[in-house]
Amino acid sequence: MKTVLARLCVECAARVVFLVDRDGQTIAFHGDIGDMDTTSFSSLAAGNVAATSSMANLIGEDAFPAVVHEGERESIFISVIGRSLLVVVFDKRSTVGLVKIRAKRASYEVAAILDEAVRESAFTMANTPAFSEITDEDIDSLFS
Amino acid sequence: MTFINYASREINCKIVYYGPGLCGKTTNLQYIYDSTAPQAKGKLISLATETDRTLFFDFMPLELGTVRGFKTRFHLYTVPGQVYYDASRKLILKGVDGVVFVADSQEERMDANIESLYNLEENLQTQGYDLNQIPYVLQLNKRDLPNVTPMQDLVGELQRKNEPVFEAVAMDGTGVFDTLKAVAKQVLTELRKS
Repeated sequence: MKTVLARLCVECAARVVFLVDRDGQTIAFHGDIGDMDTTSFSSLAAGNVAATSSMANLIGEDAFPAVVHEGERESIFISVIGRSLLVVVFDKRSTVGLVKIRAKRASYEVAAILDEAVRESAFTMANTPAFSEITDEDIDSLFS
Repeated sequence: MTFINYASREINCKIVYYGPGLCGKTTNLQYIYDSTAPQAKGKLISLATETDRTLFFDFMPLELGTVRGFKTRFHLYTVPGQVYYDASRKLILKGVDGVVFVADSQEERMDANIESLYNLEENLQTQGYDLNQIPYVLQLNKRDLPNVTPMQDLVGELQRKNEPVFEAVAMDGTGVFDTLKAVAKQVLTELRKS
């Protein structure tokens, strides 16, 4: 996944590329985040897509597959890939058109990798006893 | 749904503070934010109106430490309490792992509490959840005010499934961390079961 995001970042001349769960959790990212609060960024990206998807429903659309926010210096492109969001942050060195084309191509690869990851994680969860072994003491220690 | 990142060994859980307008949901988050060490928290994001009423949501990530080698992070959200923001409330409940219902203890807010609780049950159902099945805590806020409904009356009206109940004064932090701890504990216990 990191390879795909890294390539997309270069191809789009993007500042940073994120893959975010639709519930607002960061799955992976590549690029220059500087002092950006990535946790908040992902949460807001998910809230943004959730809000625009509901707006789409209100006007009779199933969803908006992509959302673009253009700023004076920095812009954001968000593409919906099933349960995930591919988010590209770019500046004047790139264009919305370029980002759209490259992101679309990358989205097929991302979707395939995510499908594989879902299958693997089902296997990992079934074979990882870590969570079933969590004790009351483990939980209490988080709050000590 | 708890998000587990095996690559970075992280557990991320989503907790939503629900309740009628002006019951103190944002104040709960604000107190947690103010009382937590900088390294354990991210920014407190408030999508609010010019008069500081929550417009979409408040959000803060809170890192509690590690369990079995997994970093445990709670994402705390509030919903806008006012009746006409129902569409936003539905969205924020997506992917929820645990809910805190913040009730306003003032006598005149009893109807608003009941309406909001009914709305919570309905919106959870819309998202495919059942209040009886998910981690859930009831907080009775504003216990310091003079015109409060007796605790047993509030519990009689608002308790749904023998969930933990906490009296609170979110402004000074009373009951705030007890509430958070109770819901977080339930979420992690659910994770253990699954």
